[in-house]
Amino acid sequence: MRLTVNNQPIEIDADPDMPLLWALRDLAGIKGPKFGCGIAACGACTVLVDGAPVRSCSLPVGAVDGDVTTIEGLPEGNTLHVVQQAWLEMQVPQCGYCQAGQIMSAVALLEEVDEPSDADIDDAMSGNLCRCGTYPKIRAAIKQAAELKTKLGA
Amino acid sequence: MASIGKIARRTFLVGAAAIAGGVAVGYYFYRQPWPNPLEGETAEGEATFNPFVKIASDNTVTIIVPRAEMGQGVTTTLAAMVAEELDLELDAIKVEHGPASGAYFNSAMMEEGGPFPQFDHSMVAETMRSVSSAIGRTLGLQVTGGSSSTRDAYEKMRHAGCAARMLLVEAAAKEWQVPANSLTTAGGKVEHAGSGRSKTYGELAVAAASIDPPSEITLRPKSEWKLLGKPQKRTDLLAKVTGAPIYGVDIDLPDMLYGTVRMSPRFWAKIKSADTSAAEKMPGVVKIVRLETQTGDGFGVIAENTWAAFNAAEAIEAEWGDSDYPADSAGISKKLQDALAGPDGSSLRDDGDVDTEFADAPADNVLDVAYEVPYLAHACMEPMNATARLKDGVLDIWAPNQAPTIIQQVCGGVLGLEGENVNVHTTYLGGGFGRRGEVDFSIYAALMAKETGGRPVKVTWSREEDTRHDTYRPAAAGHFRARLGSDGLPQAVDMRIATPSVLQSVMRRTFPSLSPAGPERLLTEGAFDQPYTIPNYRVTGVPTDLSIPVGFWRSVGNSFNGFFHESFMDEIATKGGIDPVELRRKLMADYPTALKVVETVAQMSSWSESAGAGRAKGIAFTLSFGGWVGEVVQVAQTNDGIRIEKVWIAADLGEVLDPAIVEAQLISGAVYGLSSAMSQEITFADGAVEQSNFHDYDAMRIHQAPEFEVTLLENAPQMGGAGEIGTPPSVPALANAVYALTGKRIRNMPLSKEVSFA
Repeated sequence: MRLTVNNQPIEIDADPDMPLLWALRDLAGIKGPKFGCGIAACGACTVLVDGAPVRSCSLPVGAVDGDVTTIEGLPEGNTLHVVQQAWLEMQVPQCGYCQAGQIMSAVALLEEVDEPSDADIDDAMSGNLCRCGTYPKIRAAIKQAAELKTKLGA
Repeated sequence: MASIGKIARRTFLVGAAAIAGGVAVGYYFYRQPWPNPLEGETAEGEATFNPFVKIASDNTVTIIVPRAEMGQGVTTTLAAMVAEELDLELDAIKVEHGPASGAYFNSAMMEEGGPFPQFDHSMVAETMRSVSSAIGRTLGLQVTGGSSSTRDAYEKMRHAGCAARMLLVEAAAKEWQVPANSLTTAGGKVEHAGSGRSKTYGELAVAAASIDPPSEITLRPKSEWKLLGKPQKRTDLLAKVTGAPIYGVDIDLPDMLYGTVRMSPRFWAKIKSADTSAAEKMPGVVKIVRLETQTGDGFGVIAENTWAAFNAAEAIEAEWGDSDYPADSAGISKKLQDALAGPDGSSLRDDGDVDTEFADAPADNVLDVAYEVPYLAHACMEPMNATARLKDGVLDIWAPNQAPTIIQQVCGGVLGLEGENVNVHTTYLGGGFGRRGEVDFSIYAALMAKETGGRPVKVTWSREEDTRHDTYRPAAAGHFRARLGSDGLPQAVDMRIATPSVLQSVMRRTFPSLSPAGPERLLTEGAFDQPYTIPNYRVTGVPTDLSIPVGFWRSVGNSFNGFFHESFMDEIATKGGIDPVELRRKLMADYPTALKVVETVAQMSSWSESAGAGRAKGIAFTLSFGGWVGEVVQVAQTNDGIRIEKVWIAADLGEVLDPAIVEAQLISGAVYGLSSAMSQEITFADGAVEQSNFHDYDAMRIHQAPEFEVTLLENAPQMGGAGEIGTPPSVPALANAVYALTGKRIRNMPLSKEVSFA
């Protein structure tokens, strides 16, 4: 089976029913997407498929019909994605386990909305659980990333 | 490398141990009686100075932070202690967890485990602290818990950095034939201003490590600190924003197999009959093994990938024995109520004469109420897991864990191996909250590694298995009475709390042959040890015989006793017609640290002003783990339910080494507590846990998260911990706010039983 992950073609020998998450983690060795719940209830496994956020724990790998982006695919060379930069600047993570998923959801949000309101952030991010309670910093970092993005785009 | 130094220091250590047993100079004291575990682990050209510092010839300075990083920032704050004394910036050092070793014992955690309030400095209390601290050292308990990492490391890790710097300076002084006090250190170099000579730490390391450690150490005065006391960029965050494979679930070893477990849904029940044949035939399944362990009975599934293991585990057909505890939540509650009504219990606080006060109390002046809280799961984002390899008589375990030396000992015992043949590799933790101090996940992986012919096996639990096989925050029930005087103040308070013993439960799982003795502070901590003066004041804990596994859940006993005590205080204030802040001002007058915290949080939240129509505020205070914390929660009634709008926190944990990390921990602790208060409960039916995943055991989401404002005071004379103290007052502050908003006094958690949240 052939997938495109982070702009690289990869060949895996997977049961088509296997969730994309396990195909990435156990077969392709791509560990950024995390296993949290297996039922699309926590968002730790979030990846982008053709730019749209998807819970990879609940998407059969055989049903993937687009390019997959994981957190490993965000930086351009040595430059972190603006969302990652903002996450660092605001010192968002604590245990960090949910943060790859949080970042992927935030990246997708900022592709859709240039200046997300609090309500936009709530809508886009409420599927991503954080047990450390980093929510206030996540909100601030998304706004920071939006600013950075505008600045770089201008 | 540094072999001459090794011999010299070991000889010296033996001598020091023989003559001193506890030299007051910190550095030697803390090394006893454990050798440096880094000896023999150093790479070519690398030297080690003590258990906390390694320096390589290329000037790479590695600081060992032997505590579990679960988000609380130990890899930053503890590393900063060493770096401060070594004159290095945090971006100039590498941080490693290091091996499991008794040298990394935690004595601070043991110190506050006794049945005394933190402010009790009586001779008995201080003697017990000193004895407990020595036990921690002698047993070599390397544990991350009890909000103790910073307190425990504060002296010893600064000493480690200072001693290393002094040796580096001495090595340069010898080589250049100049007095040591003419040399300075900066940027990883020793410099001689007089001659302009300089050498890197790396160039001096091997020579320095062969010099006997200094016998007298003078730490940097606080006024010269460059790192400590100021917010630092965390050392672990680049890895965490780039998705680096740093957690237990990310372990990847050559030839590795994958696995999971399916344990009895009824705790301690044995398998009556089972059919694994269908599961064994499923694609990708390698082997299914029976697990009969001190933490439970069930199956381990070994497979070619995790998904195959999960599927096969579900396909196992098994019939399990009955539970030896009441099969449903109603029965469990009855057991707690029976214990409350019975004669047993011990009172860690018993001031005045409570019984006499209630004997002649006019009924109108008495409050008499019942409270109850449910079991709670930890629900770490990273499900329990461990990877194990048993090869050539050596067991290696990679696990996100909070107790590596205990895992070493217990897994060695289970497999019949000596501790020296068990290596525990501690990864980063995707949440810990107390759950990862347990041994179950490591035992299962170790036993499964016996079945793979030397291949490593990574054993990951499903979320369902994790939720249903936690070591829960215990359920608890309380019967509380207060007699109010004519001034509205409590003249007598009697709190009786029934709950299963966490210590006994932990011992049964961890060291089944031992059983704890003496009064247990965990039953009533958060209630018996609070800084209130009430003339007749009794708090009694009733250990309740329920064998459902219970464990250390962020703030432990404080998590429910804080709620009991502070909601009851709110009830007293209401009945006495006294403002809740004013009540505390009066009752806390003997404790200026507490008073200042309450006054600060009242001021921050404009307590005396109305929150406005459809809004209300609630306040609570808990002293736990050396942290004096007051929280005010503001709630609003919205069309979608109650919204938690804002939380103000004032905290005094004495000296603060990293204000940004402490603030983040306080907020984190509050979110953890608020999550539990809003909706969490673990219930039982047919002897098994009913909840299974985040759809029925959820936590606060971003749209529910309030705004936070935190003030740190530094008046407390002793340093407290940060990781847990935000949790206890958050629960009663919310319950009290909900009462102020709705008039509903909710005494049974979670609050969602009676109100709904937006």
